[in-house]
Amino acid sequence: MGILVDKNTKVLVQGITGREGSFHTKLMLEYGTRIVAGVTPGKGGTNVHDVPVYDTVKEAIKESRGIDASIIFVPARFAPDAIYEAIDNGIKLIVVITEGIPVHEELKFVKYAREHSTIIIGPNTPGIMTVGETKLGIMPAHVFKKGRIGLVSRSGTLTYEIARELGKKNYGVSTVLGLGGDPVTGLNFIDVYNYFMDDPHTDAVVIIGEIGGDAEERFAKHYASLRNKKPVVAYIAGKTAPPGKRMGHAGAIISMGMGDYASKRKALEEAGIPVADKPSEIPLLLDKVL
Amino acid sequence: MKLYEYEAKSIASKYGIPVPRGYLASSPGEVADACKKLGEVAIKSQILVGRRGLAGGIKFAKTPNEAYEVAKQLLGSIIRGEKVEKLLVEEKICIEKEYYLSITIDRAEKRIIYLVSKMGGVEIEELVKQHPEALLKIPVDPLLGYRPYMSRIAAKFLEIPKGHWKELHNIMNAMYKIMIDYDADLVEFNPLAWKCGGGLIALDAKITIDDNSLFKHPEFLEKAHRELSELEKLAKSIGFSYVELDGDIGIICNGAGLTMATMDLVAYYGGKPANFLDIGGGASKERVRKAVKILLEHPRVKVLLINIFGGITRCDEVAKGIIEALEETQSKKPIIIRLLGTNEEEGRRILESRGLQVFTEADDAVKKAVEITKSINNS
Repeated sequence: MGILVDKNTKVLVQGITGREGSFHTKLMLEYGTRIVAGVTPGKGGTNVHDVPVYDTVKEAIKESRGIDASIIFVPARFAPDAIYEAIDNGIKLIVVITEGIPVHEELKFVKYAREHSTIIIGPNTPGIMTVGETKLGIMPAHVFKKGRIGLVSRSGTLTYEIARELGKKNYGVSTVLGLGGDPVTGLNFIDVYNYFMDDPHTDAVVIIGEIGGDAEERFAKHYASLRNKKPVVAYIAGKTAPPGKRMGHAGAIISMGMGDYASKRKALEEAGIPVADKPSEIPLLLDKVL
Repeated sequence: MKLYEYEAKSIASKYGIPVPRGYLASSPGEVADACKKLGEVAIKSQILVGRRGLAGGIKFAKTPNEAYEVAKQLLGSIIRGEKVEKLLVEEKICIEKEYYLSITIDRAEKRIIYLVSKMGGVEIEELVKQHPEALLKIPVDPLLGYRPYMSRIAAKFLEIPKGHWKELHNIMNAMYKIMIDYDADLVEFNPLAWKCGGGLIALDAKITIDDNSLFKHPEFLEKAHRELSELEKLAKSIGFSYVELDGDIGIICNGAGLTMATMDLVAYYGGKPANFLDIGGGASKERVRKAVKILLEHPRVKVLLINIFGGITRCDEVAKGIIEALEETQSKKPIIIRLLGTNEEEGRRILESRGLQVFTEADDAVKKAVEITKSINNS
């Protein structure tokens, strides 16, 4: 089980013939992801790891008799077009791996997707994986043990590190979802927590935030207002980051008086969410809340 | 990417937003000449860091002689770490009120937003924190854009007389156009002033261009590195993210989140990170070699800490890069390495065969790095 995707999810890969697209198609197939088609304009009629490639999303859907989700490896300049093509063809879940998309493009397709009841994960995300069932992403699968913790994060590698710390203490993961490292993303912590809330296979949620924006503060406020809730513990990266500097991710910047570590930590703790001082402390905090 | 005030004002002026008459100058003589033409002037240091007024970066002069002397002081001086090379000389404007007006991106609500306040001239950071009630937010649908009614909401809030509403509409409309045409994530006038005798004028202007959109603006792309330190420029040209900090433990990691977490872990165990260096995903041994070399040769770095969690990044490539860097430099600085993930065994074998210790746990590696740094600092 887990959230949003499972072993039955029929997946399209847009940008399947590119270096990243074809490499990760192979890894996803090995994991068990049900990839039914790929799209690269101009490469229709070919195959990538035995997956049929089409020129358009429309043909891909027709030939594979329905597609539930698309994962996008298309380069930044062409990614918005690929996303609109998926939305206009009725695909309801789109995972955007692409990094470096202009922010005004992101604002538009995120809004457009919302108006078409389409969920966007990312951009600039490692993807989503329901452990033991399916992976729509680029995360190293072996790090994640199957279990009952929901994992939602703004970063990639740090998430793998934390999944490993969880595994060492015998905590497995139901679904792991990367929100994406850009300032504007399709989902936020509140959305993903609500999905986990409805998932009977998730007992608690680990939130991995970072400096920049106020997504953590907003989640804290939302969480504090709930009557029924699942336990949440958090970790925030960037305590030592200086203001005004972009720390790798386009979204990880303290600016306009917002996004510093202290404000996030305070908001979470006041909402009753324990915050770990370091990644290895997260399982210890889970021991306390579960 | 931040634009200088004079660049932002020249764009604003092109879009019909009123700004003071002014000249860009890079010598005291040019400043005196400008003063002859303008009369009483404001002389403004062109730097990218904020709060330059408080730091003495803005001065006034009544005569060309006075302007010459002020320019001599300002040019070449260092303000908040940045060298002043250009001055904007502007006519001094008599003003009655200072407003704050900007258009930016509301990350949480995923839309564009105007921020309006009667309390101009104050840093927006202070405004947000101390007077959130004094800040009016006008949301803009990214699929729809600016609509004139928005300027009337702002005008009422600022209590601008009816006869001047059109001026505010023109300014807000132009700001939106600038944001879209230049892919800006911020267009800010602080202050937007109310002149003695009436009328609006942008006394200061700030425009920031979205880094991911710079490829569309070649005229700025070539200048994009100017706000970075020499080391940050070098790092960018090699292809990794680098931010200079003020400690003595050099840090190399893969992934922005893991790099920040490693910096924080260093601080947790009582050390001070010297930098943020993210080699990115799938780094080649070449990139690793260059990163290691840069930090080993960095004068402030006493110990180098490498924390790699290999996914796309292969540990054997990292190990080879480290060894090659060591062969090329005379540095005897201690290196603490933590390797995990893809091809970990091979990476570990390569490093251990050269006598380097490899840790599995991040905590152990960081503790060790802090310990060694402390013993170096105490000896």
